[in-house]
Amino acid sequence: MPFKIIASQCTGCSACEPECPNVAIAEKGGTFVIDPKKCTECIGHFDEPQCVAVCPVDNTCVIDTSLARYQGPA
Amino acid sequence: MKNHPCYSEEAHHHYARMHVAVAPACNIKCNYCNRKYDCANESRPGVVSERLTPEQAAKKVVAVASTIPQMTVLGIAGPGDPLANPERTFKTFELVREAAPDLKLCLSTNGLALPDHVDTIKKFNVEHVTITINMIDPMIGAKIYPWIFYKHKRYTGIQAAKILTDRQLQGVEMLDARGVLCKVNSVMIPGINDRHLLEVNKAVKSRGAFLHNIMPLISSPEHGTVFGLNGQRGPTARELKALQDGCEGEIRMMRHCRQCRADAVGLLGEDRRAEFTTEKIMEMNVKYDVESRKGYQAKLEEERAAKTAAKPSDLTKRANNGSHLKLLVAVATKGAGLINEHFGHAKEFQVYELSSGGAKFVGHRRVDLYCQGGYAEEGRLATIIEAVSDCHAVFIAKIGGRPSAELIKAGVEPVDRYAHEPIDKATIAWFEAYLDRVNSGTIQHEERGDAAIRPRALTSAV
Repeated sequence: MPFKIIASQCTGCSACEPECPNVAIAEKGGTFVIDPKKCTECIGHFDEPQCVAVCPVDNTCVIDTSLARYQGPA
Repeated sequence: MKNHPCYSEEAHHHYARMHVAVAPACNIKCNYCNRKYDCANESRPGVVSERLTPEQAAKKVVAVASTIPQMTVLGIAGPGDPLANPERTFKTFELVREAAPDLKLCLSTNGLALPDHVDTIKKFNVEHVTITINMIDPMIGAKIYPWIFYKHKRYTGIQAAKILTDRQLQGVEMLDARGVLCKVNSVMIPGINDRHLLEVNKAVKSRGAFLHNIMPLISSPEHGTVFGLNGQRGPTARELKALQDGCEGEIRMMRHCRQCRADAVGLLGEDRRAEFTTEKIMEMNVKYDVESRKGYQAKLEEERAAKTAAKPSDLTKRANNGSHLKLLVAVATKGAGLINEHFGHAKEFQVYELSSGGAKFVGHRRVDLYCQGGYAEEGRLATIIEAVSDCHAVFIAKIGGRPSAELIKAGVEPVDRYAHEPIDKATIAWFEAYLDRVNSGTIQHEERGDAAIRPRALTSAV
């Protein structure tokens, strides 16, 4: 269940980066991006996704439904 | 302490501070803050134009302190919370300690993470910590803080505010126990925490805070903050002063705060950021010279001592004249305790309360320049007059015919006959003459109205 960061809303504050238990978040061109291959939605680590919980802008860290695996069986 | 510009109204004319924006992350959400907003005209805490790595920050500090020898204080104030970025904050302190050992260090925090870092703060010999405490009652806190992020969890509402206030007050006590000076900032939000701040004042004083700074809420819709968007107003000048006066018996109150940006550079109220962009700094090749800084500061101290010694001693000679009159006057000054600024060039007016006890500094009013590059803007004149409309007189070094006439029309006396004289002596002399005029029946004393606090441009980017 990978999350993505909506770049246009990201303030680049970096709060999410150190909170990610999978080290999946890195800076890219002033805002932050989540590596979908590493994101586990914090399952097994914490009760809630850390990037969502710490992000100062609501609805900026969201589930990335565009990924192939959320598009249903091909 | 007496040389820290943020803690002494007198020192802030002599000494400069700088903030380095190394701490972008925050761990709480405040209804008066919007982290997205940053523009050249915007100037308030929580906002920066440029973020620095600890290495860039240390280089900037050395460059600024070498260029501005009266720069004595380095603060980390954000734009997020310094203690939500502990590695970056303490790495910066470490590098600055090595490169510029004579600088005083200070930091500002919301207090949530403070108890975890008090020992590190002590280790780096940080002189002052400022904690923003807006409530001690979680019911009130829930109206100010929508959420906090604590121990890997987002808390909301009363639960969030309860954790925050417990951690803040614990932090004040821990700092006090280790001998680190603790100042408390509070944002005055009318209808939410205004009267409650009297209780906050008592609570922080009893736990060892040495200074309390009550600041007006900065709130307009264009800031995009929750308070800005839902029409929450800031206090008027009179409301702010009444609260500051009400807290004064308990603890020293600070009245000269300019609510600087988290990347401000220079004397309080002035901002020299543009001279020290990262690009310019990385090109600078500076040698940090502690000795020449010491020499400069020693000279500054001599001048300062001479000025203090020259202060008039007759301020209280009217103490027994039976007058209970108290009134406010505004003063245009460039510093040095003198009435030495033209009306049209003033970026702010200092406000003094005159009474039989003397002249007491009680605040300042930020205004836009009336004269912009030689021509006067009429729309601005009305706003300036509004900003000092609770004052009986405005003291300036010089004033034009039009603004002078408008002030008189608004019931504010323009006084330019004390140009370049010391503020306290001149205002008291004027006050004595005023009392004489009242006593002889020439004029009748009338109370003035309230004044507006400008919600923006607290340190102008221009």
